[in-house]
Amino acid sequence: MVEISMTVNGKPVTAEVEPRTLLVTFLREQLGLTGTHVGCDTSQCGACNVHVDGVLAKSCTMLAVEADGAEVVTIEGMAAPDGTLGVVQQAFQDHHGLQCGFCTPGMVMSAAALLKENPDPSEEEIRAFLEGNLCRCTGYHNIVKAVRAAAEAMG
Amino acid sequence: MYAFEFVKPKTVEEAVAALRESEAKALAGGQTLIPTLKQRLAAPEKLVSLAGIEALKGIRMGDGVVEIGAGTTHATVARELAGSVPALAALAGDIGDPAVRNRGTIGGSLANNDPSADWPAAVLGTGATVVTDRREIAADDFFQGLFTTALEEDEIITAVRFPIPEAAAYAKFDQPASRFALVGVFVARLGGDVRVAVTGASENGVFRWQEAEAALEADFSPAAVEALAPPPAEEMISDLHGAGDYRAHLVKVMTKRAVAACG
Repeated sequence: MVEISMTVNGKPVTAEVEPRTLLVTFLREQLGLTGTHVGCDTSQCGACNVHVDGVLAKSCTMLAVEADGAEVVTIEGMAAPDGTLGVVQQAFQDHHGLQCGFCTPGMVMSAAALLKENPDPSEEEIRAFLEGNLCRCTGYHNIVKAVRAAAEAMG
Repeated sequence: MYAFEFVKPKTVEEAVAALRESEAKALAGGQTLIPTLKQRLAAPEKLVSLAGIEALKGIRMGDGVVEIGAGTTHATVARELAGSVPALAALAGDIGDPAVRNRGTIGGSLANNDPSADWPAAVLGTGATVVTDRREIAADDFFQGLFTTALEEDEIITAVRFPIPEAAAYAKFDQPASRFALVGVFVARLGGDVRVAVTGASENGVFRWQEAEAALEADFSPAAVEALAPPPAEEMISDLHGAGDYRAHLVKVMTKRAVAACG
């Protein structure tokens, strides 16, 4: 076992993990942050996407020890402490950007990453950026609408 | 995943020493190695993370060359070279998806030498030099078949030095599920020379299509490629994503598109 420390959703965390523990396993099973989902387990679906030091990463394709010292933000960190949804989350709710909801945490994290680097993306740019997020309900149309709406809401 | 020990050295020398100590593997961005470990297709005793070695990171522009540190992510290359070497930036910006590009590195991709990876096409297609902890390896000597390179077991790529071509472009036909290249062709003009490197197609990994190079040196136009026979279908990968003759056809089509994109 090795000791790791990181900041998760603004809170400092120190824990012991096996080196082979994936970041997503650490988040879900040791920290109880089950909003981050495991979809494909083969690095293709993006349901496990989180932000590590400000950039999008697949938490199923990263070891927890690799995030030692990092700042990690998960879907639980996107809403205000009182539960008020973040802008991207609110846009997904308003525009029905989800059906079963399984892919939604990863979609929201990807959308937030996109809007950080490109605050006014075209539909084509949104679809290109979300290439690594699969929705098994094929609800892409409203997801793209939600991301556009979030961009407009952020002004 | 099988259990392993994890170390994160600060220097290349410490990393090389750690690789020699036991049945160890170097971990770069992990975008191929971690999925491989999850499938239990590899069982190293130790992972040597290269992420803590600052000397491996960053891009340096020189006189007619650009040197990319082996630990530089695809996302960084796509962002920083967009203005200066657009062919390399575009290739890097179309690898995998945004999350993969934020962690995957050029050095990791080259050391793995997946037959459908994008970077080998750019390295072979420009005649770049692979710099390691102990020597410099010409692209023509580096790639030695599927998942096989000239690297020793304990050798670490530190940088890749690309000559900046007068014109270059990469044309990729995506395999949409994996986002690897079903066929990708990198074409570059350097002085009077033309290089054409093909990834995704051959059973022997990335290769130079020399007939196209000769034809393009005489006449740098898509029409010159159109006049050629495609490479031999029996040497192409044939799988559920595409038969050998289909891939051979795509080599020709993507070469024409890359030449057209060179302008």
